[in-house]
Amino acid sequence: MTKTLTHLERLEAEAIHIMREVVAEAEKPVMLYSVGKDSAVMLHLARKAFYPSPPPFPLLHVDTTWKFKEMYALREKAARDAGMELIVHQNPEAIARGINPFDHGSLHTDMWKTGGLKQALDKHGFDVAFGGARRDEEKSRAKERIFSFRTATHGWDPKNQRPELWNLYNARKAKSESIRVFPISNWTELDIWQYIHLENIEIVPLYFSAPRPTVTRDGMLLMIDDERFPLQDGEVPVKRSIRFRTLGCYPLTGAVESTASTLPEVIQEMLLTTTSERQGRAIDHDQAASMEKKKQEGYF
Amino acid sequence: MTASPDNAVIYKTADLIASDIDAYLDVHQHKSLLRFITCGSVDDGKSTLIGRLLYDSKMIFEDQLATLESDSKRMGTQGQDIDFALLVDGLAAEREQGITIDVAYRFFATEKRKFIVADCPGHEQYTRNMVTGASTADLAVILIDARKGVLVQTRRHSYLAKLLGIRNIVLAVNKMDLIDYDQAKYDAIVADYTEFAASIGISDFTPMPISGFKGDNITDTSANTPWYTGLPLMAHLETVALDNDADQSKPLRMAVQWVNRPNLDFRGFSGQIATGTVHPGDAIRVLPSGKTTTIKKIVTLDGELQEAVAGQSVTLCFDDEIDCSRGDVIAAADNPPEVADQFESTIVWMADDALVPGRSYWLKLGTQMVSATVQAPKYTVNVNSMEHMAAKTLELNAIGVAEISTDKPIVFAPYADNHALGGFILIDKISNATVAAGMLHFSLRRAQNVHWQATDIGRNAHAMLKNQKPKILWFTGLSGSGKSTIANEVEKALHLMNRHTFLLDGDNVRHGLNKDLGFTETDRIENIRRVGEVAKLMADAGLIVLTAFISPFRAERDMVRAMLPEGEFVEIFVDTPLEIAEARDVKGLYKKARAGQLKNFTGIDSPYEPPEHPDIRVNTVEMSPAEAAEYIVRQLMPLK
Repeated sequence: MTKTLTHLERLEAEAIHIMREVVAEAEKPVMLYSVGKDSAVMLHLARKAFYPSPPPFPLLHVDTTWKFKEMYALREKAARDAGMELIVHQNPEAIARGINPFDHGSLHTDMWKTGGLKQALDKHGFDVAFGGARRDEEKSRAKERIFSFRTATHGWDPKNQRPELWNLYNARKAKSESIRVFPISNWTELDIWQYIHLENIEIVPLYFSAPRPTVTRDGMLLMIDDERFPLQDGEVPVKRSIRFRTLGCYPLTGAVESTASTLPEVIQEMLLTTTSERQGRAIDHDQAASMEKKKQEGYF
Repeated sequence: MTASPDNAVIYKTADLIASDIDAYLDVHQHKSLLRFITCGSVDDGKSTLIGRLLYDSKMIFEDQLATLESDSKRMGTQGQDIDFALLVDGLAAEREQGITIDVAYRFFATEKRKFIVADCPGHEQYTRNMVTGASTADLAVILIDARKGVLVQTRRHSYLAKLLGIRNIVLAVNKMDLIDYDQAKYDAIVADYTEFAASIGISDFTPMPISGFKGDNITDTSANTPWYTGLPLMAHLETVALDNDADQSKPLRMAVQWVNRPNLDFRGFSGQIATGTVHPGDAIRVLPSGKTTTIKKIVTLDGELQEAVAGQSVTLCFDDEIDCSRGDVIAAADNPPEVADQFESTIVWMADDALVPGRSYWLKLGTQMVSATVQAPKYTVNVNSMEHMAAKTLELNAIGVAEISTDKPIVFAPYADNHALGGFILIDKISNATVAAGMLHFSLRRAQNVHWQATDIGRNAHAMLKNQKPKILWFTGLSGSGKSTIANEVEKALHLMNRHTFLLDGDNVRHGLNKDLGFTETDRIENIRRVGEVAKLMADAGLIVLTAFISPFRAERDMVRAMLPEGEFVEIFVDTPLEIAEARDVKGLYKKARAGQLKNFTGIDSPYEPPEHPDIRVNTVEMSPAEAAEYIVRQLMPLK
């Protein structure tokens, strides 16, 4: 009798297959862990892929020092629960220069995230890095391979990508070159939420609505997560019932007003919403092709 | 624009989301997955169709729609109407050129299924992109512009879909609005296509009259085509049979990806089941060894399973401790796949550098990675006319039928029976680029009938008797660099030390063993392959072999290195600049080459690829042949 696999079962099986290929063929893999919901799903899939062994690679968090406090709390717990080593990297140059999202604009992302990531990969000699990017997030992602080749300087050449057929992935590369691997490329935002719901995966509470101190700035609803948030003239923090659809650096991440405090409610709101997920992120707004450009420079 | 989301399915979904999210989640959780491709050229309205599917299934958000509207006005091709194509054409450069050049993946869902669409470009120069998209598809939507009918590109797309084994083909006759929904014209196109399809072996396909732009027969049966009795496109996509289901009724095949060994008490074999089903207690056979055992348990984080089916990623434990590792295939004990090392295959070339027949490439099939060489193709297929054409090689986007041989036997199945054990990629050994994709058809008889005969006196026994460690001292360098002279000096020195040696010289071998070979790239590769095989036999006999060949290509030197145990191949680069070698011109060959009397001469009109990391390098400008030989012998010590 035929047992038709559901789309989530097939996506899960595909992601597990991809992770095992990496572990079998890479010299020193690492999993980029951003503490967001996509990372949570990716980590959960890694535990499934290698059970009863723990995932045979460390987690790497490229920290900007500006993440939400609740993200830092879950980061430690998630690594411990999975039995994995957690490597935290903060760009020392960005620390020294006091780079922050309020004064330095896009330099903040360039140095902390893009620069920090390159430093961490070079420092530890990781040759393959798992990332939780999805093809439905953004147009340049839609064309990126699952095994995405990077030059020795971490550059991505969208015009010269390796053909990727069937489920055959080419993990061969010269020394100093590296590969970014996206096991959940084919998942959509809804798939992620549904899977979290079905598998009961722990995520940062910020995804659920609660009264939180906020200000409105440049059309974005920002949460004041700590005392480093400089209030502008006339700005008074207001308690609003908010939640986040994506999580990044708190001063750059827009919240949405919401009363959805359970997972089904969050999914319901997501399905009835009329704006796309990355809209809450300042990083994509510069220009239509901004993500493609960032990726060519080495951003995940 | 006449948007027509008057679609019961979508409204029902939206209502359910609003009224009972738990019920919706339950529905969503049980959806199946269909992967399909859309093929068509720029003007066929392919991107518009995909944009329409996304739009009609509510996959376009307000902010995206706002961007789309402004983009449509700025660079759209539909006047003031929304240009759905802009939604789909991704990378910045492509948007400016107005064409889709890479495969982009899109996602949408309905009540019944989730869909992954590979949006493939249609031009002939993007054949490789379409092949890539087709490799994972259950279904192909082949778009035809109703005003134009079956064109050359329709044939090409259909041929490629058939080649990649896509069973479900939808012939979407698009832009029906522009021919006033004329049934006669539609019927003529379908009849025309039916004839062509039969000629390439497509016996079954589903034609439908649509308009991606106006929305006819996309989500709902259109009132404009009352004569059309079939399903609208979306309903067809929701109900067509899935390959994954069909795969379950085939015999068990699972390529082992990784051996899971957390401690001494657990040994599991992880992989994704390609075909069939597996249960605890099932008798299985591990290929290529052929050893049999039974399944003890199926392990997952969610607990042990009583059954696992094609498509699932699992970890299997055996009752016995039989050998099994990455690259092996776990199969039904009574119905195992074949093992062979020579095949007939169809190859799609995907790299700018053409195939070099005889060169060694990495071949990846399932989880097996072996060295493979491709013969000159028997023929290539003209993807527009389906004609067979003679060819010596395969250029970018060429599709050819060729024999392929691997350096060790691999577990395989004909692609038509099993995509996972019949589809392969070729990887260039120097650049590591994926240069080709291929499909195995059958093994060649001689591979099945020629077996390796085990002998009792092995290579260690031969070497022990000679009291030495066998080696191949591979001298490489330009003509006139001094390879033969230095190799001769080295052999004399080793002989004095009572070593058992043999010198294979390039010119001498071409008088006998290789006298049938010329100096083309293909012949040079075959020259080195034969010398490599002979040198390997001599090393097996315990000898220290010296070879003096220009051996200009890195890939072939690496091929010989790969034939031998680690450390036995010693690459010696006789490094002499071209000017110096040419000035010496001991045999007068450079003069002839410069005069055009000698073709394919290394350094003049044929390249020399110097070793990147030679084991030993001698500079003949600074050293005399005797000094170079002495230096080499010192580097080789100790010889036992």
